[in-house]
Amino acid sequence: MNLKTLVWRELIERPSAMLTSTVAILLGVTALVAIRHVTVFSEREVGQQLQSLGANVLVIPRDATLQDYYSADLTTQTLPESHVASILLANLPGVERLSPKLCVSTQLNDRSVTLTGILPQAEFQAKAAWQSVSLFANKHEGCTKAACGPKTYDGAPEALATERTIDQLKGNEAVIGADVAEFSKLRPGDSVKVLGENLKVLAVLPRTGTVDDGRVFTHLHTLQQMTNAGEVVNAIEVMGCCEDAAGSLVPRLAELLPDAKIVTISQVVSTQVGINRLMSQMSLFVLSVLVIVGGASVASTISSNVRERRREVGTLMALGATPGLVTRMFLLKATVLGLVGGIGGCLLGLVLAMVLGSQWAGVTVTPLPDLLLIAVGAALTITLLAAYWPARSAARLDPCTCFSDV
Amino acid sequence: MFQLRDVSKVYQKRRQQVVAFRADQLEIGTGEYVAVVGPSGSGKTTLLSLLGGMLSPDSGQVLFDGQSIYDLSLTERTRLRRERIGFVFQTFNLIPYLTALENVQVPLFLGKVAASEQRDRSIALLEQVGLKDRLDHKPCELSTGQQQRVALARTLANNPRLILADEPTGNLDPESREAVLAMFDGFVRDGRTIVMVTHDPAAAERSARRILLRDGVIEAEVQSRSAA
Repeated sequence: MNLKTLVWRELIERPSAMLTSTVAILLGVTALVAIRHVTVFSEREVGQQLQSLGANVLVIPRDATLQDYYSADLTTQTLPESHVASILLANLPGVERLSPKLCVSTQLNDRSVTLTGILPQAEFQAKAAWQSVSLFANKHEGCTKAACGPKTYDGAPEALATERTIDQLKGNEAVIGADVAEFSKLRPGDSVKVLGENLKVLAVLPRTGTVDDGRVFTHLHTLQQMTNAGEVVNAIEVMGCCEDAAGSLVPRLAELLPDAKIVTISQVVSTQVGINRLMSQMSLFVLSVLVIVGGASVASTISSNVRERRREVGTLMALGATPGLVTRMFLLKATVLGLVGGIGGCLLGLVLAMVLGSQWAGVTVTPLPDLLLIAVGAALTITLLAAYWPARSAARLDPCTCFSDV
Repeated sequence: MFQLRDVSKVYQKRRQQVVAFRADQLEIGTGEYVAVVGPSGSGKTTLLSLLGGMLSPDSGQVLFDGQSIYDLSLTERTRLRRERIGFVFQTFNLIPYLTALENVQVPLFLGKVAASEQRDRSIALLEQVGLKDRLDHKPCELSTGQQQRVALARTLANNPRLILADEPTGNLDPESREAVLAMFDGFVRDGRTIVMVTHDPAAAERSARRILLRDGVIEAEVQSRSAA
């Protein structure tokens, strides 16, 4: 017999007495853990996008809606391909590359794929009309990337996944996304038939976790011919040297192309940033609710438990239990409650974050040990603080309650 | 063992003073078997609480083996109860979620006795009261007589020299009552002091001395004819 046995046996005998409080703590911790996990990973995702795409500007049709940067070109509206020349001839400062794209949905092996026409960088050099222009020669003054050295682009076709441009791509060649390669069992060198044309697979892109995994990239002009779309594109991606340059490009491009919409990644993710901010504030609100509701529930339950056990506490004191021991007895009970609610809430919150994070926020959530420890710690602290006063009042009970006619 | 000098305990109820207990001089010797009798509200439980170090008097001194127990700190009084006083309750006051064995272990746990010794001594005590085959039974699984025997075993756990009993036979059938009183006789033969509050004339007859209380004061003290 020891204090732990005394507390544990009472809990096992009367679990329902503490059930409400445990559930209150558990639900509060669940919500807190789920919201914080999704928020953290969503913020990281946004941060990564800003880092990798922060210097990019999108030119899309004015009426096109934009929900995700990577699917900006998945629209039925089009722009004239001549806008590419307009941007080149304008010789805007800080522009390093251009990547015009045209998209069409089609079927491959009974699966839906996005056939994307992209203009390789070598095309810009080959165009006679542009040879008189010093392509991308107008450097951005005060470029924040200049101190890190010149920005280099990987010439390998697989780099399309990260750099969003491709150096070389012939008219009869294709670069395919990871999902397409997987279900079609295609490898570099294989032949793939889309819209009646046989294309040679030049490369398979590494998995990006974006819509690009389900794309087949081919030469822009090949796709225009295959679909009889004419000299049009769905989007033009403008790669700037740094975020400052991208910021200054927006008004200039808007002036240059009045029939287009100019969007930066910051604008694309602004909604997500706003949601993340809201979720952060929501997690603080949940914490407050946890403290108030959970704490009040625990305090009420422990107080009720003290009242129910007056005779028992009086008997223990008559047998020689000190007030300190009585206090510890109730605080230990609260500790068990806090740990069960905290750990249970963490597990449930983590599962919820993993399921809902991928479904609702499009992020992959993994456990954050620091956050989980903080959540358990918070649950424990709240329960102990809430139980302290009732525990102290138990210790001050009159031992005479052990006698029959008191 | 006990000396009460000018002790009084008064409660204030709706602007009226109610004398719960008053005694100018009361002595209880070591090894005495004392029954405290009187109608309800006569101060029996108040006296028991005063003797048990659980209720400090408004005036006077309660001396236990020459030491004023209410001049001790709360911790020291708690230790005194733990080491030298045993309690027997009318409603047994067993902890309902503990087994018979665990209930007997409680005073030993409070006295910081090692776990293995707790178990050995508790089993021996339960064997002594004839409950060797009820070690793992909870109070709700025992008869009232058996519950009181478990309570008695618990009372003896720390080998107290003084036993304070509050209506120990109040809830028992005649057979169980006789068994409990027989055990009390044995305690006295072992040299322990017993102060027993009781309404039961038969139980009072077993004591060596009866103190009659009425309205909080000692009305009479009688030597029992059939003292053990």
